[in-house]
Amino acid sequence: MTAPLLAPALELRGIGRTFRLREKGGLFARYTDHVAVRDVDLVLPRNAILGLVGESGSGKTTTGMMALRLLEPTTGRILVDGQDITALDPAALKPFRRRMQVVFQDSYSAIDPMMTLAQVVAEPLHIHGQGSRAGQTEAALAMLERVGLDRRYGSRYAHELSGGQRQRVAIARALILRPQVLVADEPTSALDVSVKAQIINLLMDLQAEMGLSILFISHDLSVVRSLTDRVAVMWNGRVVEEAPTEAIFTDARHPYTRSLLEAIPVLNPRLRRARSFPTRAEIEAQTPRLPAIPGLAAGATPQLVAEGDRRYEAIVGGVVGGIGGAATPEATIP
Amino acid sequence: MRLVDIKDLTVSFPQTEGLVQAVRGLTLHVAPGESLGIVGESGSGKSVTCMAVLRLLREPPARIAAERLELAGVDMRKADRRQLASMRGSVAAMIFQDPMTAFDPVFTIGHQIAETIRAHRAVSKSEAMAEAEDLLARVRIKAPKAVLQSYPHQLSGGMLQRAMIAMALSSRPQILFADEPTTALDVTIQAQILQLIKEIQAEYGMGLIMVTHDLGVVAETVDRVVVMYGGRVMEEGPVQEIFDAAAHPYTQALLGSIPGRVAGRQRLTEIKGASPNPAHPPSGCPFHPRCPVAEPRCAAEVPALAPFAPARAAACWRVA
Repeated sequence: MTAPLLAPALELRGIGRTFRLREKGGLFARYTDHVAVRDVDLVLPRNAILGLVGESGSGKTTTGMMALRLLEPTTGRILVDGQDITALDPAALKPFRRRMQVVFQDSYSAIDPMMTLAQVVAEPLHIHGQGSRAGQTEAALAMLERVGLDRRYGSRYAHELSGGQRQRVAIARALILRPQVLVADEPTSALDVSVKAQIINLLMDLQAEMGLSILFISHDLSVVRSLTDRVAVMWNGRVVEEAPTEAIFTDARHPYTRSLLEAIPVLNPRLRRARSFPTRAEIEAQTPRLPAIPGLAAGATPQLVAEGDRRYEAIVGGVVGGIGGAATPEATIP
Repeated sequence: MRLVDIKDLTVSFPQTEGLVQAVRGLTLHVAPGESLGIVGESGSGKSVTCMAVLRLLREPPARIAAERLELAGVDMRKADRRQLASMRGSVAAMIFQDPMTAFDPVFTIGHQIAETIRAHRAVSKSEAMAEAEDLLARVRIKAPKAVLQSYPHQLSGGMLQRAMIAMALSSRPQILFADEPTTALDVTIQAQILQLIKEIQAEYGMGLIMVTHDLGVVAETVDRVVVMYGGRVMEEGPVQEIFDAAAHPYTQALLGSIPGRVAGRQRLTEIKGASPNPAHPPSGCPFHPRCPVAEPRCAAEVPALAPFAPARAAACWRVA
């Protein structure tokens, strides 16, 4: 397990996924290709939390599932600790599975109702053949305690728990193998307000304690602001902006990011305001224009441009066919 | 006159553990044209309260007891089936979290809205259809004709929620009950629907009861707030005052636990423990086991909802 010293915990390079949709039934069915995720580059640094935000259908969950190889990408590569796992067969993948775990939104369907909670949490140890049976159970009980559930819960079943408690069990099960990467897909979206804060705090504590790297997928921007170090914003299957969390919230560059932030409910009635909601065409029309950049091909198609420690989609260079003529100096960086 | 007038409402359900009280002695009222937010977490009794006023709960098993339960001056405890049918729709309409289950999948949207119109008024089918189209336009649907002929599965969640609001408006109700109308929607669609509800409320001069767990939704939409916990009202008051200076420790904790209020990655103030099990409610104040400032008295006696400033009240021994 000697990894290159500086390799990120997880890296996606040009990852994409196309789904074939059956349009009309019958023998001569027609198919159309739906691009759910297109050419996404993402880096999850070690010991950090990266938020992946976007609305339903933006491709954020598809991206998360591909990172875990729970869904095969149609293009691109997945690197864990700098090692390419894109094409590994199931046997070769197994050791990597141990290092990458997942927590889902719906903890009810994620936990086997027929197993005691100690069995649920110990099962990954069993699958990966770590320790004796007694040792596995003891480790599971200790893990339950760590996530804030008394050891007595070990002999209980999922239906005896509240939503927040079940999510704690799901987290315990994901972390029992001491993974390096945790993909958390909307883990707090189904929880009550008072419990949501508990789970966010728990994830924050465990991240620091275990040196975890977390890919936190969520549509809840408020949670993302409290929890993450960096944020990537997905729109129509692409990452349109990626930056340190506070830069996203205070100084967003992409019009889609700004429209998302604009929609967050105010937390002070005094700040109520009438809002405008840009259409997709309006967002596209507001895509930042940049002058020609050495090393980047100019063109009318938006591309990701790096600026300091952030990236955002922009139209680069003088050739801006059909959209508004050549980029002029005043029509550059907003 | 009060549009909604509830005094000492208790709703219980027989369970294997005995009689479980979902709402325990609730008092609230809404004036014509006023908007009230009922905030609470799951199991707080907020939805059951609305269902009880509209008599939408099946009785039995549900048991409703109240000193007063009035909608637009009509005693809902005594209303018979026919009266209820006319009250629902013409006086009060309700929209729900999941518009997909509120529509029948085998009929077009237009058919269902027209049917609702014809259930309350003697108009022809074509007149009802024309009115349905007009209603869809009023909820800012850009192609009302197309939506009229669509089936529910052909529309997005936001579109369906608009169509449900159109249906609710069809008999010009005096009050709209909205039960978590945006919880299942994306943040941008949520903002659009909340804005629509506010605009429609002003246009129609309707009363509004917004039931939600989301304090952001409350901050965006209502004039006055009732905070529920464990089947009881913990606090009520004008929305700005609640956000500026919440009186009840539960409201304070709820506001404190909202993520994203400040810049930077940091731990949130959490409320320890879990919401009470309605089958085994704690003695005294339902919040006392989780309350950071509870006193012995809080476990022994239930504090009454008591006024402490104009238009404000709290059920807490420490606020008196």
